[in-house]
Amino acid sequence: MVGMKKRNTYLWLIVFLLPNFLGFILFIGFPIISSFGLSFTQWDLLGSISFVGFDNYIRMVQDEEFWRAFRNTFLFIFGYLPLVMVFGLACALLLNKQMKLRAFFRASYFLPVITSWVAVSLVWKWLYNPNYGLINYFLSLIGIDGPQWLHDPSTAMIGIILASAWKDIGFVMVLFLGGLQNISPSYYEAGSIDGASKFRMLWSITIPLLGPTTFFVTVISLINSFQVFDQVMIMTEGGPSGSTTVMVQNIYNYAFRYYEMGYASAMSWALFIVIFFFTWLQIKFQDKGAN
Amino acid sequence: MKANHQAVIRKFLFYLLLVVGAFIMLVPFLWMISTSFKGSGAVMVFPPEFIPNELTFANYQEVVGKFPMMKFLWNSLLVAFLTTIGQIIFSSMAGYAFARMHFKGRDPLFLLYLATMMVPTQVTMIPQFILIREFGWLDSYQGLIIPTMFAVFGTFLMRQAMLSIPRELEEAAFMDGANHLRVFWHVCIPLIKPMIATLGIFTFMQSWNNFLWPLIVVSSNELATLPLGLSLLQGRWSTDWSLMMSGVVISVVPILIVYLFAQKYFIQGMTMSGMKE
Repeated sequence: MVGMKKRNTYLWLIVFLLPNFLGFILFIGFPIISSFGLSFTQWDLLGSISFVGFDNYIRMVQDEEFWRAFRNTFLFIFGYLPLVMVFGLACALLLNKQMKLRAFFRASYFLPVITSWVAVSLVWKWLYNPNYGLINYFLSLIGIDGPQWLHDPSTAMIGIILASAWKDIGFVMVLFLGGLQNISPSYYEAGSIDGASKFRMLWSITIPLLGPTTFFVTVISLINSFQVFDQVMIMTEGGPSGSTTVMVQNIYNYAFRYYEMGYASAMSWALFIVIFFFTWLQIKFQDKGAN
Repeated sequence: MKANHQAVIRKFLFYLLLVVGAFIMLVPFLWMISTSFKGSGAVMVFPPEFIPNELTFANYQEVVGKFPMMKFLWNSLLVAFLTTIGQIIFSSMAGYAFARMHFKGRDPLFLLYLATMMVPTQVTMIPQFILIREFGWLDSYQGLIIPTMFAVFGTFLMRQAMLSIPRELEEAAFMDGANHLRVFWHVCIPLIKPMIATLGIFTFMQSWNNFLWPLIVVSSNELATLPLGLSLLQGRWSTDWSLMMSGVVISVVPILIVYLFAQKYFIQGMTMSGMKE
């Protein structure tokens, strides 16, 4: 009887789990392992694969192009992260109150998040147009002669950062709104009995109690922003003169333009290590918070 | 009286901030729409016309006529729809197995699933591409759709949802002689419908907006989805902004409609996954 039941369970497992498991092995498990293997080889997809040991990694460390993409990615994060955090939090604080038209405001702040990066990049490319774009027109109204934006190595990254922040503020806002809802109103009641000002309550109640959310949002945004690619590909393709080339773009170029599968895989593992570090940080911190 | 005065000013400033914010968020969209209705002469004008003096549909006709825009739209719909269906079926069934069935190695296996979530898609995409190529699936719908149906996040979400179902419900069903399939379909699925909607909407949006995977897999215009199609459009008419903006509008409208009807599921999906696209 018990044996029957056991056999039955395995039959049911085949129905329920096997399809997903096969897909998982084929399209996730196997690729992860073989990507690691590939990173120690040289292969152009056509000829034979040759094992090259750590050559790809050694080449990477000495590759000026790799480090430039590394620096550019950090430069992007350095500009992008504070912008989305500050404005995302500000929007969440504004929209957390009861008010007229709240649904409208929320929806409009969230609109860029659901739009594809390709669409957003094309619209912003047009906004940044040095001669007929809207941004330089607005700048001209206050007497500023607008820059060349995406055409100038010194401003192209700024252009990408601003467009990215604009797109993701709504995303960060939504995460913060979730955090704000978890703060018990009793803290504010106690605060107002003590006669604390609104600003004081923001500083001494809201901000500290949002700590875990802030940490979570920071890590998530960091992990996402290391993978920045679509907007760069559409808006500048890494130019002008390499000023906006980022890590994922290097991986894409080496894999799918130059067909250097081994070297591209090695670079993707470098990206993994950076991302893993922040994931690990998050898990460690979350465990602490839970205890 | 004075306090009242201050409250009014405060309220005014509060709404002013909100309106300025909404203005910044919406202007690019309005500018996109406005440009898409401009004649070619009215685009390169300084200062710009916010509301075109002459409204024209010519750009839409041109972009649909000269470029397989409708084909892209169809491809995007097909790919996003099938990916979503596949994702829901595979992950809800696996979620059931992980949450409601007992078997040896269940927990280590689930942990393995979770561990792979830390690996970014950029690592897996190269072997995935090679695999697809071996299968002869490059430049095909199978290649576009099938590998994206197995995102681990879906399995994770469905397992968590299935775990929340009280045990008594399924015990009663098993007592009545129901098997796993009946319990799955008649007990579990109805109870986790909101979560399935969240996963579905989220998967649809991800697929709709996905650029990197189609860029890698597709090489002919016939199979391009909208994001890839737009990038091709850019390569072809990089300076005809009114034409391009009409293409962008076509790509944005469908997801916007879905969003208007299912706003809360979008937000839930992103909050739970920490992913945007």
